[in-house]
Amino acid sequence: MGILDFLKRKPESTASVARERLRIIVAQERSTRGAPDYLPMMRNELLEVIKKYVHVDLDAININFERDSGHEILELSVTLPEGKPAAGSPASNEATIG
Amino acid sequence: MTAEIIVVTSGKGGVGKTTTSASLATGLAMAGKKVAVIDFDVGLRNLDLIMGCERRVVYDFVNVVHGESTLKQSLIKDKRYDNLYVLAASQTRDKDALTQEGVEKVLDGLSEDGFDYVVCDSPAGIEKGAHLAMYFADHAVVVVNPEVSSVRDSDRILGLLASKTRRAERGEGPVTQHLLLTRYNPARVAIGEMLSVKDVEEILGIEVVGVIPESENVLTASNNGIPVIVDADSLAGQAYSDTVARILGEVRPLRFIDVPKKGFLQRVFGG
Repeated sequence: MGILDFLKRKPESTASVARERLRIIVAQERSTRGAPDYLPMMRNELLEVIKKYVHVDLDAININFERDSGHEILELSVTLPEGKPAAGSPASNEATIG
Repeated sequence: MTAEIIVVTSGKGGVGKTTTSASLATGLAMAGKKVAVIDFDVGLRNLDLIMGCERRVVYDFVNVVHGESTLKQSLIKDKRYDNLYVLAASQTRDKDALTQEGVEKVLDGLSEDGFDYVVCDSPAGIEKGAHLAMYFADHAVVVVNPEVSSVRDSDRILGLLASKTRRAERGEGPVTQHLLLTRYNPARVAIGEMLSVKDVEEILGIEVVGVIPESENVLTASNNGIPVIVDADSLAGQAYSDTVARILGEVRPLRFIDVPKKGFLQRVFGG
């Protein structure tokens, strides 16, 4: 680092962008590891259904699959946005679900 | 006495699996071990070129598996180390040329012949060849580049090692996982253009067993058909030597992960 370096403004480093993107995707993929193969497809279909009523994107749906002694738990959570219902949808009058 | 089986794998292609397999096998042989290195990339044979024995391939892995040749006929003795042998991949396009029983038979045969280590050079991907390469492993060297797709794929591979191996299926204790970071460029890490050793370790939740700096010597070595570990003057060769020593249980600090120190004038004026 030289004395003239402060003149160059640095944007956020690409390495830290890569790090954050990887943290998220790796955590997501680990959470569904060993789970049935149909989970991603089911997630997308659920998203289509939910989209009929509320504007959400793929990140809004979280599916967790856990194996406990003798049984399996499928945990599903959907984060609904505040005050942004899909136009003309039945949910348009109930905008504060999330 | 059974041979220790080490798979060199990565998921993603082009990250340095074959380079690593060649140097790891050679390094173990340099340490006095009797070593066989097997190319599992059926249809895309390449380990023979990196080991410099491509013109001496008569029988290959698939020939042994199908009983068309004996193990002894098919193992190619290395030019430099007489306790090092190469088993080449077949150039057949038949994807089902390898079977689990066939691979097991070859590995058992190597154990009976007194081999200490068998290094399995996995093909890219997670298809049959990659599955068979890792299935019987005791140790895995997961080769990763400091780059998003490689890191993601290696996480996938770490997951498979924990579930789709004989050890996992038999509950014999996990495959020992070694993460090897290759093509590392400390200068680019320093200016935030490349994931650091720490970044990769944190994302994958596993410590590295070695860091191989990006080096011109790797290409030179492959041009010549000499595993880069033989080039003791090159940084990549030295980093591979350290890695092999660590796999054998030695404690050695990581080298070549920082930018070489600059002189006074460079520090004052930058650049």
